Amino acid sequence: MRDNIISEKDVMQNQTAHPAKIAARNVQVYYGDTHAIKDVNVDIEANTVTAFIGPSGCGKSTFLRCINRMNDTIDVCRVEGDIRIDGEDIYDRKVDPVQLRAKVGMVFQKPNPFPKSIYDNVAYGPRIHGLARNKAELDDIVEKALRRGAIWNEVKDRLHAPGTGLSGGQQQRLCIARAVATEPEVLLMDEPCSALDPIATAQVEELIDELRQSYSVVIVTHSMQQAARVSQKTAFFHLGNLVEFGETDKIFTAPEDPRTESYITGRIG
Amino acid sequence: MTDITPSGASLLVQDARTQKRNRAEARFKMYGLAAIAVGLLMLVILLTTIISRGTGAFQQTYVTLEVPLLEAKLDKKGNRDLADIKKVSTFGYAPLMKAAFEEKVAAAGIETSLKSKQMAALLSKDAAATLRNYVLQDVDVIGQTIEFEFLTNSRVDGYLKGRVSRDSMANDKSINAAQLDLVDALIADGSLRKRFNLDFITGADASDQRPEAAGMGVAMIGSFFMMLVVLALALPIGVAASIYLEEFAPKNWITDIIEVNISNLAAVPSIVFGILGLAVFINYMHLPNSAPLVGGLVLTLMTLPTIIISTRASLKSVPPSIRDAALGVGASKMQSVFHHVLPLAAPGILTGTIIGLAQALGETAPLLLIGMVGFIASNPPDGITSGLMDPNSAMPAQIYEWAKRADPAFYERAWGGIIILLVFLITMNAIAVLLRRRFERRW
Amino acid sequence: MTATIATTFLGVPLGMALFVAVLAIALLGYVMARGRVMARAGGDARVLHSLPNYYGMTAAMFAAVPALGVLLIWLLAQPTVVQNAVLPLIPADKIDSVGTQSLILSDVRRVADGLDIALSQGALTRADIAAMADDPSALRATLGEVGVALGSEVEPFVLAAAQKSRALNGQGRFWMAAAVLLIALAGLALAVRAADPDFRARNIVERGILVLLIVAASLAILTTVGIVLSMLFESINFFRLHDWKDFFLGPKWAPNFRGDSDLSILPLLWGTLYISIIALLVAVPIGLFSAIYLSEYAGPKLRGIAKPLLEILAGIPTIVYGLFALLTVGPALVRLFGRGEDGILGVEWMSGATSVLTAGLVMGIMLIPFVSSLSDDIINAVPQSLRDGSFGLGATHSETVRQVILPAALPGIVGAVLLAASRAIGETMIVVLGAGAIARVSVNPLEAMTTITTRIVSQLTGDTDFASPETLVAFALGLTLFVLTLGLNVLALYIVRKYREQYE
Repeated sequence: MRDNIISEKDVMQNQTAHPAKIAARNVQVYYGDTHAIKDVNVDIEANTVTAFIGPSGCGKSTFLRCINRMNDTIDVCRVEGDIRIDGEDIYDRKVDPVQLRAKVGMVFQKPNPFPKSIYDNVAYGPRIHGLARNKAELDDIVEKALRRGAIWNEVKDRLHAPGTGLSGGQQQRLCIARAVATEPEVLLMDEPCSALDPIATAQVEELIDELRQSYSVVIVTHSMQQAARVSQKTAFFHLGNLVEFGETDKIFTAPEDPRTESYITGRIG
Repeated sequence: MTDITPSGASLLVQDARTQKRNRAEARFKMYGLAAIAVGLLMLVILLTTIISRGTGAFQQTYVTLEVPLLEAKLDKKGNRDLADIKKVSTFGYAPLMKAAFEEKVAAAGIETSLKSKQMAALLSKDAAATLRNYVLQDVDVIGQTIEFEFLTNSRVDGYLKGRVSRDSMANDKSINAAQLDLVDALIADGSLRKRFNLDFITGADASDQRPEAAGMGVAMIGSFFMMLVVLALALPIGVAASIYLEEFAPKNWITDIIEVNISNLAAVPSIVFGILGLAVFINYMHLPNSAPLVGGLVLTLMTLPTIIISTRASLKSVPPSIRDAALGVGASKMQSVFHHVLPLAAPGILTGTIIGLAQALGETAPLLLIGMVGFIASNPPDGITSGLMDPNSAMPAQIYEWAKRADPAFYERAWGGIIILLVFLITMNAIAVLLRRRFERRW
Repeated sequence: MTATIATTFLGVPLGMALFVAVLAIALLGYVMARGRVMARAGGDARVLHSLPNYYGMTAAMFAAVPALGVLLIWLLAQPTVVQNAVLPLIPADKIDSVGTQSLILSDVRRVADGLDIALSQGALTRADIAAMADDPSALRATLGEVGVALGSEVEPFVLAAAQKSRALNGQGRFWMAAAVLLIALAGLALAVRAADPDFRARNIVERGILVLLIVAASLAILTTVGIVLSMLFESINFFRLHDWKDFFLGPKWAPNFRGDSDLSILPLLWGTLYISIIALLVAVPIGLFSAIYLSEYAGPKLRGIAKPLLEILAGIPTIVYGLFALLTVGPALVRLFGRGEDGILGVEWMSGATSVLTAGLVMGIMLIPFVSSLSDDIINAVPQSLRDGSFGLGATHSETVRQVILPAALPGIVGAVLLAASRAIGETMIVVLGAGAIARVSVNPLEAMTTITTRIVSQLTGDTDFASPETLVAFALGLTLFVLTLGLNVLALYIVRKYREQYE
């Protein structure tokens, strides 16, 4: 219970500093009988990159998927507690997850382009949400998204080639472009670089830093170096608990909790 | 990069577009449910049709008569010599039955304008033969008066089952109103009634004129012998082929051709196997027409791909670590397969074989071409050789045969036959499911 | 004396008797070889190269396999050899076409069989037959009495040919029995002699088993070859008697057993395709939507109940569907579309229960589980990451299905539909009972039409005469059907396989 008190304190401090974009209170997640997330409280700010770190199976991805209600697609998963975006409870009965996910985009661990053309991959979101009135506007949205995904120059001559034909790093940037095309306010990234080589990883990390200008980015990562490189805030999860949450610099230089220290020094994980 | 303006709209309010999309979602889901409902509805209609139309075949109408077995008619010499008595044909028995019918009507005090011939016409054409067989079995009954339950003809039976009514009688010369009055009186008297009919399950087929006497028994034996052939050939050959392809075959174009061949054979129309059977087994090898052996051979070829495909799946599900373990203690490849992999795959192989057999049991089209229809399978075989070589029918072929005959009484037989066939299929599939549940192993 | 060898031995067909005899010799070999090698090893199995059973098996294998192989080949080959030997006895002027030749040969066989039966029943003696050589006109009646009915009077050359084929068959059977038994004994002797502690019995047995496995696997190829050859030869015979242009391009199907028939496949092909299209129109939407619902929406409970129930439809034999079409669906359609004033719609569009619609609807019901379980597999093979990607962008479930999953699964579904089409084209019992027998080309689905499979059945059942084009056309129809379904199957299997590889 001590960890909760600490994180509670942290949260309080943060709330006074900046207005929170996402505020989670007492979040519990159950997979059938397993208690996967235990009483997590966290505030995520706008225009910030927040990293979730922790050993495998600690619940960081599960918590991430609560923020856009992707867990709804898993039958046995049950979420309790309170997650608010701009003060609105996203688990309210009146909220349509479809609308929510348009506002909270997501990029997955493995690049998952649809078996369609590059253009159609990016245009998919704007089309289903009706963001473009005509072809010209759609073209515009697609180009802007691809530019923001830092892949425009590589694909502009083959927009109608299949998205699955790109290299792994390109596919992941395409997926990021696809996610930003629906103009979300929050971008969730679930280990976006774990399937990529170092060069592609560097490109994506650079991109994440740029995306911070427009979005609130939450990134789950296995790599502490990556967390340190790209994030301003870091949350450390362990066995379903949020152990420590604070400025990235502070977490990596002067962790308060002994478990955080053990993890970043490589003794657990 | 600051041109992205937050949409600002509240999440708690569904915008018009989202509402529209959600309605489309609900509609789409409805289509899916409706499709499943239609599929299940068809199943229900099919099954209720079969049961409601077929159960009648398991009941038959009988009339009880007391027949005086007059020595004067049946054994004129009075020496009870079987050879002499055999010379009396069924025509010789007809007067006895007419007399018995008259007796019955008089004893019950029923008034009717019918002549004894018209009364006796209510009996099945099979009735005299039944009586004759009874006498030939024990000639000492001659001279006695015995009580005997005779089949009525199919019209009377139809009347009791609601198939024949006084309205439908108008265009039916086989029965008239006075006869139905007599039937009603006999029902009231208690001597004419409907009861369970074992002969439908055990008996032989009967000719066009006698639907009431037709049974599935002999066709069932024909099916049994065919399944025996299929089991004896398809299982060993199928398992051998699967073992080769799964465990030993090198990866080359010959193996590829065999594999493509097998998956294609599984999808070749069954009637093509019938043509093959006709051309090779009957026209070339001169095996007898309509013999269960030929039917079994054709069905073997047809079932082999199914068995091979399921056997290979079972072999594939045995993890390679088992093979490695056997090889590791110095067993040969052949020993590892026969001592370890095959026993572990056996339940799956058995399940696949049973399902393949069930498929073969219900198959009709190839049997038409090798002549297992169009005749009356009247005598049960008296041994394995005659069971395999003598002309016989098979359950589905018998059903087809009945479906083609004009008398609606045979349709009831056909539906009843389907019930018997389905009972076999359900049993086989249930055994397969149980085997799978009991022995299924998750690696 | 060789001619006296009977077709049966103690009431068991000779082939079967030899089979049992060879198995007995093999068993004997097993016991002998195992005993011998154990004796040589002084009762100590450890000094043997292989386990003692392998020595026994080597002997059993050497005794049984070659002998049974010879038996099988002999049984298959003897009819052809005898036929070729008998052929010169038939005067050339009696043979004016391939057809009459096979007709005469079948007469010869019937007479030969009849003589065998008559002799065994004592209706004829050997001397009687010899006396009839020049004037065998009485033979027809005699054979009729023993249950062999002949179509025409027996001509002298037929009797001579029959006698020769009887003699040759008798000799053949004698030599077959001798050869099979000798080979079995020789194999036994060879293997028992070789039974020595140093003999590598296991390797020999395993190599032998491998050969047997290969033979079993190649039976699949043999079956296909058998199908193609059996239909090809008869089809060639057919095209000798009938113009191929009429078969492929003619306008009419009107077989006439007095000859001079119109035998065109086109009206049959039209009926087949029309019925198949109706069946697919029923089965594909229902099957596909069921599969989508079951794999995407249904909870494990509904799935656990609905899926096996739907699959029951696939396990029901086609004869049941045929009866359902003829006796339930057909009359129901007539009540709806026929009977004039008495009908439900008050129209007179349909007169008989058999029609394209009847057969098509019922075939559609039969194919629902086929389409749904294939599509179910294929939809399940679409990786979850694509669904996640679509949901993550805020797509609804139905948008995900229609715009991501179905396009991704499309090749597989096309393959499934092609397989279903191949099923529909080759389906026999439903159309035999439900479609009718009239060959016509019409677009009215309430009319009876006929299909390739129903014509194969009707031309090959009942009285068949393998010399007439009216019968032989069935083989040409069968070959066309085989080629048609083969094309669909290979294409479908190729597409499905490519699809599976994409996501593995």
